[in-house]
Amino acid sequence: MNELLKNLTEAVGVSGEEKEVRLLIRDLIADHVDEWHVDAMGNLIALKKGTGAVDLRVMVDAHMDEVGLIVTDYDSNGTLKFSGVGGFDDRALLGKVVQVGPKKLTGVIGARPIHLLNATQRSTITKMDAMRIDIGAKNKDAASGKVNIGDRAAFVTEYEELGPTAVGKAFDNRAGCAALIELLRERPYPFDLIATFTVQEEVGLRGATTAAYGVKPDVALILECTPAYDLPNKDDVSPNVALGKGPSIYVMDSGTMQDPRLVSLITQTAADNDIPCQIRRPGGGGTNTAVIQRVRGAIPAATIAVPGRYAHTPAMMINLDDYANVVKLAKATLLNLTMDIVKRN
Amino acid sequence: MNDLIKKLVEAYGPSGFEDHMRELIRPEIEKYADEISVDAMGNLIAHKKGTGDGLKVMIAAHMDEIGLMVSHVTEDGFCRFTNIGGIYTHTLLGSRVQFADGRIGIIYSDRITDRSKVHGLEKHYIDVGATSKEDCPVKVGDAVGFVRPFLAQGKRLSAKSMDDRIGCVIAIEALKRLKKTPHDVYIVFSVQEEVGTRGAQAAANMLDPDVGIALDVTLAGDTPEPTPIAVELGKGTAIKVKDTGMIAHAGLVRLMKQRAEEANIPYQLEVLTGGSTDARSIQIANGGAAAGCISIPCRYVHSQSETVDADDVENSIKLLVEILANPIEL
Repeated sequence: MNELLKNLTEAVGVSGEEKEVRLLIRDLIADHVDEWHVDAMGNLIALKKGTGAVDLRVMVDAHMDEVGLIVTDYDSNGTLKFSGVGGFDDRALLGKVVQVGPKKLTGVIGARPIHLLNATQRSTITKMDAMRIDIGAKNKDAASGKVNIGDRAAFVTEYEELGPTAVGKAFDNRAGCAALIELLRERPYPFDLIATFTVQEEVGLRGATTAAYGVKPDVALILECTPAYDLPNKDDVSPNVALGKGPSIYVMDSGTMQDPRLVSLITQTAADNDIPCQIRRPGGGGTNTAVIQRVRGAIPAATIAVPGRYAHTPAMMINLDDYANVVKLAKATLLNLTMDIVKRN
Repeated sequence: MNDLIKKLVEAYGPSGFEDHMRELIRPEIEKYADEISVDAMGNLIAHKKGTGDGLKVMIAAHMDEIGLMVSHVTEDGFCRFTNIGGIYTHTLLGSRVQFADGRIGIIYSDRITDRSKVHGLEKHYIDVGATSKEDCPVKVGDAVGFVRPFLAQGKRLSAKSMDDRIGCVIAIEALKRLKKTPHDVYIVFSVQEEVGTRGAQAAANMLDPDVGIALDVTLAGDTPEPTPIAVELGKGTAIKVKDTGMIAHAGLVRLMKQRAEEANIPYQLEVLTGGSTDARSIQIANGGAAAGCISIPCRYVHSQSETVDADDVENSIKLLVEILANPIEL
């Protein structure tokens, strides 16, 4: 059992309330870094001093937050109104168990059951604003005594391994956090490595904006978990990325053109080390790379991601070999970094 | 000047892949800039030192062009693609595209059963002459630009990527003609404008200018049933007042008008209701800058026959030189 992935994914850290995850990560890295601090947004920023052989400040980023829900109001019957924190397919919510607020009260996302739906209602997607979180409170007063407006709610999924596959919540992006923790446990790199475990990615890359401004890196590598859609399909279309085919490398998403020199460095490093990798289908989606690349002026930045099925739902799946290869590839790439990367003609 | 325009507009350089553009522009400016640098994203930055007493002025003309990127290679060796920047699918069928290595591809689409509708991007593909995934010479992540020869008919100049290679030409020419300036001028040949004015954002964050002026095309409202805009080809350079990403600094607009009037440069005032330029990034970079835009009226923007008028180009150069050669009081 990968205890790191288990502990990280079972911890709760919906955007804006990442403290539990931050404390967990802080304790996991404290012995492997030279110093750490938490900035005002809640980003955990740790310095692992290098040997000095390469004069670069290298930022490696993984966001700590996960998508979740936020309580917006009470209904008279004691159920909780809520909205999404981060992007959701509303269809993924109904009937799911959630943990609400700092006390982690159990709640169920409910709506009218199928027995009581007419034909038209059955063929209509229930929107989030028609759903409620039911915590078993008998009325509004009982609900307001247990839960505050603004409390977050997170999914409840125990981490489990099924052969090479792991099931859990929040692999996006605790898989990236786990990989970054593993990188920090290695011996010092030739350069100063600044690890940023950032907040509020899922609501608009907000933590990384202040983190990158503060860190002022020369180069950045972003570790992520990116959606796979590799289920059987009769059409000859791209799966975005597929599980088991290795780390996925970004070239272009909705927020970036990744630095082509870094993309080459990563793919060449993968080839040289016999690490499988796949180019993620260029197109939509976005990561912290978008802001880190430009916040202080241009810096070379690229993204390596663990492919994950069913992103932004209560239960994601990743392949553990892919995860291990992300760690391997990220490490090998970092060791291949030279000053040349910041020069350009 | 048409030789320079031809060289730049026919070249390959979709957003994120501007290396070749940089190679073409650099020798044009080397003699006239005090120093030249390239940042990590690929912005080419030419610095012309001021004589003192002036402001730090950033001029931005973007080198990149709209294009496409291969997103999937089918078993039969056809390349599905996604867009780089704003692509009208109407403009694609039968088009030719070029890859970074010069390889040419042809665009077509899945079967058309209803001619009144245009297929979405995802139903188009690039044919590079491959017969299978295995022998397909291009791969996922490869970017293409369009292919179209430069056309000069009288004063009307047409090309793919007139947006914004004509802005680059204006920047180059203005730099050549600008003998002396009180200002510290940084001419940024920027990258990745078409995907969200990203290069200029990074450059402005680094340079932290007092004033930012983008040089870019705007729409023209002088064709049959056009997008309504009170800008016409041949009626002068356009001074931007507002677009969807920026309200130009009022003092800078006033100054631009004043300089145009003093030098008898014909101009039009531009209010653009769809689109924006690098100036919007410069305006809000760091603590902000006074930002504006000298626009070149252009027909058929984001098609492969973007068309401008040579007089408007000349007047845009003149206006930029007038602004930079004189004090900027806002």
